[in-house]
Amino acid sequence: MTRQMTGAKMIIQALKDQGVDIVFGYPGGAVLPIYDEIFQQNDIRHILVRHEQAAVHAAEGYARSTGKPGVVLVTSGPGATNAVTGMTDALMDSIPLVILTGQVPTFMIGNDAFQEADTVGITRPCTKHNWLVKDTDKLAQTIHEGFHIATSGRPGPVLIDIPKDVQFADGIYVEPKKADTSRYQPQIKGDIEAITALVELMEQAERPILYTGGGVINSGPAASQLLRELADATGIPVTSTLMGLGAYPASGENWLGMLGMHGLYEANLAMHGCDLMINIGARFDDRITGRVEDFSPHSTKAHIDIDPSSVNKVIGADVPIIGDIGHVLEDMLKIWKSRGRKVNKPAIKKWWGQIEEWKGVNCLAYQQKGKIIKPQYALERLEALTAGMDRYITTEVGQHQMWAAQFLGFEEPNRLMTSGGLGTMGYGHPASLGVQLAHPDALVINISGEGSWLMNMQEMGTAVQYRLPAKQFILNNERLGMVRQWQELLHGERYSATWQEALPDFVKLAEAFGAKGIRCEDPADLDDAIIEMLNHDGPVIFDCLVEKHENCFPMIPSGAPHNEMLMGDADTQGVIGNTGAVLV
Amino acid sequence: MSALNIKKGSSAHSAYDLKNPNAEVIESHTLTVTVDNEAGVLARVIGLFSGRGYNIESLTVAEINEESHTSRITIVTTGTPQVIEQIKAQLGRIIPVHSVHDLTVEGPYLERELALFKVTGSGDKRVEALRLADIFRANVVDSTLESFVFEMTGTSEKIDAFADLMRPLGLVETARTGVAAISRGA
Repeated sequence: MTRQMTGAKMIIQALKDQGVDIVFGYPGGAVLPIYDEIFQQNDIRHILVRHEQAAVHAAEGYARSTGKPGVVLVTSGPGATNAVTGMTDALMDSIPLVILTGQVPTFMIGNDAFQEADTVGITRPCTKHNWLVKDTDKLAQTIHEGFHIATSGRPGPVLIDIPKDVQFADGIYVEPKKADTSRYQPQIKGDIEAITALVELMEQAERPILYTGGGVINSGPAASQLLRELADATGIPVTSTLMGLGAYPASGENWLGMLGMHGLYEANLAMHGCDLMINIGARFDDRITGRVEDFSPHSTKAHIDIDPSSVNKVIGADVPIIGDIGHVLEDMLKIWKSRGRKVNKPAIKKWWGQIEEWKGVNCLAYQQKGKIIKPQYALERLEALTAGMDRYITTEVGQHQMWAAQFLGFEEPNRLMTSGGLGTMGYGHPASLGVQLAHPDALVINISGEGSWLMNMQEMGTAVQYRLPAKQFILNNERLGMVRQWQELLHGERYSATWQEALPDFVKLAEAFGAKGIRCEDPADLDDAIIEMLNHDGPVIFDCLVEKHENCFPMIPSGAPHNEMLMGDADTQGVIGNTGAVLV
Repeated sequence: MSALNIKKGSSAHSAYDLKNPNAEVIESHTLTVTVDNEAGVLARVIGLFSGRGYNIESLTVAEINEESHTSRITIVTTGTPQVIEQIKAQLGRIIPVHSVHDLTVEGPYLERELALFKVTGSGDKRVEALRLADIFRANVVDSTLESFVFEMTGTSEKIDAFADLMRPLGLVETARTGVAAISRGA
């Protein structure tokens, strides 16, 4: 059945047919017809954010915590440019988003019209694909193809730029089933020969490790289940990138903790010393590898990824396998079982003995003494008081983010929303609102620093308007802590511009927005204050005043390999050389 | 660290051993890319090269199938083998890209470029220019009493060589199309 309707109506119809229930957006002149259609229906809920960047991050939070695509609607010009940071963030972290932008009418494009920007040109490098739709008849097809591209293969953001006259004009609506998605069909099944070769290596390996990433989570819950089955059946230790936390449970027997720059000692040394590295859906990011020349020098490396461009980009793969993680793990387990479930048990037992020795170093040790709260202690208490709850965590970017990864346990996938690749300060607060909308009854906490939090503090208005009880847990050291840490290690303790001299009173700020504010500065009060936060049925800003000069350890300094980690302040004198200093 | 007494050589044949980009030779490769002929597709390809810091020695594009709206882009690029592989993988990720072929590794192929040269002069130089053009099988496509425009097709090397010869003979303007390439055989 074909139906004639206006472009604006078509957009709403297409979103409905794609199963969209929430759109994050901000109105403006070039999207007025779409907002008029939103007004006249009740199936799709529009969430009015306070800044277009926040709309994208909120949609990311929604998408990451549900596995469904997030949808954003913003106006032309500044609406679109404000959304660019979020799009880049989603591209780096492979988050499926469909972003609809208004555009000036087709006959005005190129005339420097009011609120005109070359949105498609600006966003070409920060989307998986984008379109300018100049013909209403092509609008529905484009939106359906957009959803297909955003969610298949390696997920990512797509943008559809829709001129205002296209929204007003009539066109023929096409249903999702009838839309042509044939030109994008990424490879899903891995090569069986390569998978068999990997199983053979796995059977013989003496010191194997599973190095997992966000690809496991993006593949869907089944992939995480298969990963657990594989690890538990073989006894192979598991480490993960920041993006992959939760795919294997933190309480699991084979869990080593996060790896990388601020990863755990045992995880990094196991990566350095392994003889078989099985990379499952991770991309050898520079936060993970440290000095590439010395990265895990004695291992055979297998790399499973759905994106062929991730393989051999940074680290050469001996066994490259292109395919969806869930499908590849399924085949891998099937082949391994059919070959008799072999593993090199005595060697792996010895390997675990070695790992236990490394664990004995207790790399996350810190001392909570005196009247000042250590940020690690605050997170340890938060973990203890919320463990077992239906809990979702978002974070901003900086020291608090790394401490959250170190001190909070993630038992399930899709439970940690954080800006990994782009490192976007200001991500966590709007993301927490997107998560809360997707999971109205769950506990959602944004772990934040005061610097990051101020970058999108206006979203407190959104939280209050929609009664979203997400908790803003601010580890307030009155410093841009991670930058300050680098200045201490690299720049002779010259703390250039890392002190915000005029911070707001966060309790009063919360009250000004109509929310609850809690301040805590004494370790003795911390538990009660956290419980007060958890018991409050509404948004809370929790201002946790913490030690101002605490550094985040362990740390692999820039330009160093995995086996040269800094374990604490005593290790830090003159550790980063000139070559390391130029790295970020 | 004593904990790391691990025997060497477990990955002697690893591609990882090839990783030092400074130690590798820079190769020139000719890639052909079939794309949907839609707005912005060339910008996507060029943006990929500039955004990721890859080289373009030559790039040509034209529609090759009117019915299916497909165009063919021929790119001559340089880089280490790892970079060339990465370029191909990144090109393959672009949604309107149908196929990426590396003619340099896929077997024998032909490369042709068309060039127009304007040469001015008189007397012996003019005669010499015409004589050399004949040797190079360049055609005279425009002529005045003081100038010739030569047209020639051939490999880039041949065109370079002809340009070198014309320079002292009064070469004033050059236009080149860049390389078009196709594999030999069926």
